[in-house]
Amino acid sequence: MNIIPEKNYLTYPKGLKSWLFTLDHKRIGLMYLFAIMFFFLVGGIFALMIRLELFSPGKDIVSADTYNQLFTLHGAIMIFLFIIPSIPASLGNLILPLMLGAKDVAFPRLNLASWYIYVFGAMFAVYSMIAGAADTGWTFYTPYSIETNTAVISLTTGAFILGFSSIFTGLNFLVTIHKLRAPGMTWFKMPLFVWGLYATSIIQVVATPVLGITLLLLILERVAGIGIFNPALGGDPVLFQHFFWFYSHPAVYIMILPGMAIISELISVHSHKKIFGYKVIAYSSLAIAFISFLVWGHHMFVSGQSELAGMIFSFLTFFVGVPSGIKVFNWVATLYKGAVRFTTPMLYTFAFLILFSIGGLTGIFLGALSVDVHLHDTYFVVAHFHYTMMGGTVIAFFAGLHHWWPKIWGRMYNERIAKITAVLVFIGFNLTFIPQFIMGAHGMPRRYYDYLPQFQGMHELSTYGAYLLGFAFTIMAVYLIHSIFKGKPAGNNPWGGLTLEWQTTSPPDPHNFHEVPVWTHGPYDYDKIKVTPDLEKELETA
Amino acid sequence: MSKKDHQEHVIPLMVYLAVGAALLVLTVITVAVSYVNLGPFNLVVAIGIATFKAMLVALFFMHLLYDNKLFMAVFLSGLMFLGVFIILTMFDTMKRDMIYDEVAKPINPKAVIYQESAPPTDQTGGQQ
Repeated sequence: MNIIPEKNYLTYPKGLKSWLFTLDHKRIGLMYLFAIMFFFLVGGIFALMIRLELFSPGKDIVSADTYNQLFTLHGAIMIFLFIIPSIPASLGNLILPLMLGAKDVAFPRLNLASWYIYVFGAMFAVYSMIAGAADTGWTFYTPYSIETNTAVISLTTGAFILGFSSIFTGLNFLVTIHKLRAPGMTWFKMPLFVWGLYATSIIQVVATPVLGITLLLLILERVAGIGIFNPALGGDPVLFQHFFWFYSHPAVYIMILPGMAIISELISVHSHKKIFGYKVIAYSSLAIAFISFLVWGHHMFVSGQSELAGMIFSFLTFFVGVPSGIKVFNWVATLYKGAVRFTTPMLYTFAFLILFSIGGLTGIFLGALSVDVHLHDTYFVVAHFHYTMMGGTVIAFFAGLHHWWPKIWGRMYNERIAKITAVLVFIGFNLTFIPQFIMGAHGMPRRYYDYLPQFQGMHELSTYGAYLLGFAFTIMAVYLIHSIFKGKPAGNNPWGGLTLEWQTTSPPDPHNFHEVPVWTHGPYDYDKIKVTPDLEKELETA
Repeated sequence: MSKKDHQEHVIPLMVYLAVGAALLVLTVITVAVSYVNLGPFNLVVAIGIATFKAMLVALFFMHLLYDNKLFMAVFLSGLMFLGVFIILTMFDTMKRDMIYDEVAKPINPKAVIYQESAPPTDQTGGQQ
């Protein structure tokens, strides 16, 4: 029978102060988890309002101006407050030091500071909602963002501050991975989750300052009338897009790389099979991180940038497909002759493989210059983006959340309900976004408040899908919160993982390990070590 | 280990003074050169001298020359990404009319939005 240790990081030390001033990476990770889930809810509600408005042509529930604010806030909140910090700051903080066999991250105070900076930046974003929410879209394109009377400055200031939180986390992880690996854990014996976070952290540290500068220049132009992007003042509006996408394109890899990292981990653990092509998966993360800096111009094919730049960026964009493809093929090859268990995390992993492949391949369409001229700014782009970011990252995030949930809380959720929910999420997601691919290909522009009657059927389907998704996420919230209090104790190693986080108790001790763990085998040596998951032991003894 | 590393970091005072003097001399040269018209090379020379000065500061005052080479690699990779940003952006800003002449003309001169009598707002424009 599995038991929960009396002294663990959740129960010791006690009191609100011990949480607010904690330096424990697990508690900070948990505080991040609550914060980002709150903003996932807020961004999700905005999404449902957008879908409701688009249910039929013309005005349904909100005015056109409010609609513009809704999709701006949906985008900005989901990007800056949810998906960028989602995996690294919550699951990364919780699991990375455990996986490395470390007591904490390299700079625990910096870690706590990053959470407070996140909250501070979030307050600016929330303030901007009250003070006349921005209606520029999350991209803040000039010249409109200079002209509009809505609260652009407070929202961009919020994003500027959030950037520091992201840099702090990235920096912390880089040093932690370099310096705090357990004895015996060489670079190529690290779990792939660590490799993914390493590549992510590089992008966070290198790219985020450029976003900071961009938003600062935008604010300077708005406030002081300094001509940087405004042609009337000698500026160049397309230059803003270069600045913006030099960060924001790598930023989509800040979002997807940790997702891929989770999948690399889960696919091996839940099929009890050594990962296929460990080294190429690790290298492909670094390759994606590098190439991500060379392709930003593919967002600008119709912006008026030079045709030469368009051709160069289109050419370079195809290279991103190579390391991504390598990963997908390696994951599928890992399953071959594995002991595949259809657990909840594994269902989400399969969903990821399907959805991310669709998202990735439609990205190739959009990266092709001539095709993009037609598809640009249509719902095809919206669907592609959501297939990679939601079908990819968010699904991977939920896969990871269900995978490490028993480690975080020491308790299991109801697997039966969780599996049904996973299927509902998959159906709801496809119902929302497949119609968007179709109407995008038929010319339905993105961000439009109103549309021609011919698109109504597709919009209706998409709205039904969105509400199904919302329903599924509500069930997920209910069974996950229920499990915190009433879930069955999960045991230290419910899935039979070989990495170090499964060697300690669930929930872990405040100091992670009683002794410094020594790393003697590879992270996925299922060919050498036989391990029975605690959950299955339970079944055998019952 | 760190103690030994630290020992190696001690640089003779003369080096500091020499580098400081070099920086001052280069500043004088920058000012002096600004009085000479070198045509297109005005900018090149000024940036060249400034880059050299920054290099001296980073290598000697900031100890990059003596430290672990990892830090040098990190520093240079930062410069490399900056270079990527500027060069790829210049493929746009410097080459805007390289392949096709940049001429502004209506795609469809008969379209509603170009008619004098059309309503002043373009709200209908997107729905066509």
